[in-house]
Amino acid sequence: MTGANAPAKDSDFFAPEVIGETKVRKFNINFGPQHPAAHGVLRMVLELDGEVVERVDPHIGLLHRGTEKLMEARPYQQTIPYFDRLDYVAPMNQEHAYVIALERLMGVEVPIRGQLIRVLYCEIGRILNHLLNITTQAMDVGALTPPLWGFEMREALMVFYERASGARMHANYFRVGGVRQDLPPELVEDLADWCKRAPRVFDDIEKLLTGNRIFKQRNVDIGKVNKEEAQAWGFSGVMVRGSGIAWDLRRSQPYDCYNEMEFDVPLGVHGDCYDRYLCRMEEMRQSVKIMAQCCERLMKTPGPALTLDNKIAAPKRGEMKRSMESLIHHFKLFTEGYRTPPGEVYAAVEAPKGEFGVYLVSDGTNRPYRCKIRAPSYPFLQAMDWMSRGHMLADVSAILGSLDIVFGEIDR
Amino acid sequence: MSWPQPLPILEKLGQQIVKKSKGAFSGYEVMYGEVNLTTSAGRIIDALTVLRDTPEFGFSILIDLCGADYPERENRFDVVYHLLSMTKNLRCRVKLQTDEDTAVPSVTSVYPAADWYEREAFDMYGVFFDGHPDLRRILTDYGFHGHPLRKDFPMTGYVEVRYDDELKRVVYEPVKSVEWRNWDFLSPWEGAEPGYAPLIPGDEKSIPAAKGPSAITGSKS
Repeated sequence: MTGANAPAKDSDFFAPEVIGETKVRKFNINFGPQHPAAHGVLRMVLELDGEVVERVDPHIGLLHRGTEKLMEARPYQQTIPYFDRLDYVAPMNQEHAYVIALERLMGVEVPIRGQLIRVLYCEIGRILNHLLNITTQAMDVGALTPPLWGFEMREALMVFYERASGARMHANYFRVGGVRQDLPPELVEDLADWCKRAPRVFDDIEKLLTGNRIFKQRNVDIGKVNKEEAQAWGFSGVMVRGSGIAWDLRRSQPYDCYNEMEFDVPLGVHGDCYDRYLCRMEEMRQSVKIMAQCCERLMKTPGPALTLDNKIAAPKRGEMKRSMESLIHHFKLFTEGYRTPPGEVYAAVEAPKGEFGVYLVSDGTNRPYRCKIRAPSYPFLQAMDWMSRGHMLADVSAILGSLDIVFGEIDR
Repeated sequence: MSWPQPLPILEKLGQQIVKKSKGAFSGYEVMYGEVNLTTSAGRIIDALTVLRDTPEFGFSILIDLCGADYPERENRFDVVYHLLSMTKNLRCRVKLQTDEDTAVPSVTSVYPAADWYEREAFDMYGVFFDGHPDLRRILTDYGFHGHPLRKDFPMTGYVEVRYDDELKRVVYEPVKSVEWRNWDFLSPWEGAEPGYAPLIPGDEKSIPAAKGPSAITGSKS
């Protein structure tokens, strides 16, 4: 409400006798829900003093779909696709957390080829996410070319998603005990090929942004977070690494075969938007490094990509034509599904945005009793209020861009 | 430090926490390689402060806070806190029980990040948090009634929304479009393992000791 709709109160004016004729009053403006820099459906009520932000009140939930409620009514296998739709920018990373939670609950071992494929595709997800984030962050501060270049590369990566799972985005590819289907050798070769070409595209994007004067003016020293604040506000991922805390779940709490991979964890120094951008840029290069290692090992490692335990993973179609046992397993899996022993687990992965966790409570049936999805961007957006305070209105979109939020996972 | 942490270390951690907390924690349990601590609503602030401020634990990050609903229990809600210690590379889970009327003290003074999580738990389950600075609904619609993640809240909800072309605005109406079909695929032939699967509806008639579905949660809590 502004202007005539919200008549000014006395308290809105700054001591009129000092200022003289100029009467200054606070403004409330709505940022979104249809703002291009809001990265989805976010409504933020900004309280402004001139151009200085005094309070930010994000209204979320416009994309709330009740994922957690829906999951309580479906067998485990049918709930995996919900995870693609959380952070739709990097779908497989979410699935990863969920299948790890289930594997821990049921004590399933994943064959090494399955682990490699998962790690490979999670790193593709990381690049997909960072490409989108970096380039749209640049767009939020006024650049148009980076998104065009970045999206071209994202498209190439989505083709790899499609060749593995049949879908460009909502892959539904990970399964408890591995992945749905093995990768054909040509695809692995193409991926290895892509890893060689990728750094050149990063160089191009970096040439556009890293030294760019406008980009720096808009991002350096904006949205600073120090180490204590990052911990108090429950940050994770690039948001803590940008502030100089060496914390990466792939390194400190490794899952799948990440402890066999060689990569560096880039750290920021100042904890501002620019350092977070630099971290993301370097993380993409490290992801390519991990992908190259995965491809190399995949070419040498034959074997199943999915556990052979037919109580958990569906048998091959060919087997079903001949073996009664397989047919029964198939029928059981796609009606009842598998059951988990009662108990609760929390599994977390280093999703591109930060720690993505799944808290799963099982009561021994074939569906989750309670599944809480811990989305990394949720605490980030919560911090929007104190991070933007005292900044100019234009910085709000820069901060929002560097927080790296996606509404699919915040609203769930 | 290695990951996952070996069980003896977790056992020791649990014992230490319970000892150091001066009674704020009533017990611990190690399950699936994770430490579960139980506390009561009255002591939660003490409990989390101990975990955060004791240097041997260093749980400086509140990863998650959520509710869970067990309608057949007297205190039907669980409030679950997930903590992470970056310095010691540890995780733990703190649980307490409450009901619809008893407010849980807000932990925003210990972890500012709890703010939105508590709003969400309030929105989804109707758990009240005492001393929360701004306990509004967060994920549901403006003017929403009810708490959707409660087990007695229907999957389809109570109202549906559509755009009315004549009124030229969005209208809310009682749900009438589809009936929620809840497929129950649980095999009736394999439910017999005690403690593993719940009783099949109807089985309680033949087993005098069991009391229907509450038998599951009896073993869990």
